[in-house]
Amino acid sequence: MATLTRPSVKDIWRWLAEVPDPEIPALSVVDLGILRDVAWEGETLVVSVTPTYSGCPATSAINLDIERALNGKGIEKLRLERRLSPAWTSDWISAEGREKLKAYGIAPPVDGTAADGRLSKRIDRLTGRANLTVACPRCGSTRTEKVSQFGSTPCKASYRCSDCLEPFDYFKCI
Amino acid sequence: MAEATVADAAVDPTALFEFLLRMGDNTLILGHRLSEWCGHAPALEEDIALANTALDLIGQTQLWLGLAGAVEGKGRSADDLAFLRDACEFRNLLLNERPNGDFGKTLMRQFLFDAWHHLFLNALRLSSDTRIAEIAGKASKEVSYHLERSRDLVIRLGDGTAESHGRMQGALDDLWPYTGEMFMNEASDAVLAAAGVAPEPAGLKTEWDALVGETLSEATLKEPAEGYMQKGGKRGIHTEHLGYILADMQFLQRAYPGATW
Repeated sequence: MATLTRPSVKDIWRWLAEVPDPEIPALSVVDLGILRDVAWEGETLVVSVTPTYSGCPATSAINLDIERALNGKGIEKLRLERRLSPAWTSDWISAEGREKLKAYGIAPPVDGTAADGRLSKRIDRLTGRANLTVACPRCGSTRTEKVSQFGSTPCKASYRCSDCLEPFDYFKCI
Repeated sequence: MAEATVADAAVDPTALFEFLLRMGDNTLILGHRLSEWCGHAPALEEDIALANTALDLIGQTQLWLGLAGAVEGKGRSADDLAFLRDACEFRNLLLNERPNGDFGKTLMRQFLFDAWHHLFLNALRLSSDTRIAEIAGKASKEVSYHLERSRDLVIRLGDGTAESHGRMQGALDDLWPYTGEMFMNEASDAVLAAAGVAPEPAGLKTEWDALVGETLSEATLKEPAEGYMQKGGKRGIHTEHLGYILADMQFLQRAYPGATW
């Protein structure tokens, strides 16, 4: 049995690309960019996963889903490792993932707009100099406004479209 | 990940453990306080925002207390440290155990803490202990959003109606004597600073004053005069409020030891 060929890392990535994120099932865990590494250590497969937010309750569900998917493909010896550094960034959401988010009704992150704790940004915003433009995923309008910094999950903010009047989630840049 | 770096070996593990408890207890107790709002906030969006902030803080607690348990080396997990210690063993700032009060007071407490938390985590990203630097790197991204939000609301409520302004000024005056503790150096701080693990708390005061002063002035709030500052939390001397928090938070693990679900 031991001489049976191990599935290739490439195949494993392909299988993992079919594991949906439990909170945003339109995205796979690969689209989300939380899988940092897949490698064989002898007969054991090691999958490194980075949490999006440190308190994200989906983290354990994601690990369970990954385990179940790989067990289903016949991989018995599996170790999941939590990787904290480099910290996850929304920049790692794939181009395909961004399109899927939009189609699902969530505005994808606008790169380079993460909060950095400086007051000047807030003053810029108040005076209209640096308003974050988030396009409505439903009608495409850029006349949108933030309702709250936080939405249905820690990774999202609540927005509203001033044209089609639909509320929607915006995937925050982090 | 579990191997100690060269710098770790040189640091007194007791000082390191104390430091990690302070970090984890600050986020645990404030996270618990915020979670008390769940289902009670003035608007749905605010309810969700407070719960989300609480979630981030509890997530960070798992990282800090998990590392504290590893450093201590007695096999205690993050859960053991959270649920099975008594009040005198907690090292959180007194500020974080203050009762919620009204929504404005909760936001003022959050802002005063977020401003410190943001500056301190940014400094910790350069820690000589890579485990600490990694947690700080992760947490500081989340805390940037906490600070952006709490500051925004302090400004909106301070510079709002006469009613909201009055409440925010009252909240600031009440909470101010609990801010001094953030910058008081304990004996263990010098040990950690010398090893490049963490900056001495007093060194962050100037930056915090600037950040807070700028926000309060935009919020049209008057910064209280220098006066007596409360202290004790970092040494385990707490107000009566912590006991009630622990009674609530630890009940299940105390009544049903080892319970899991």
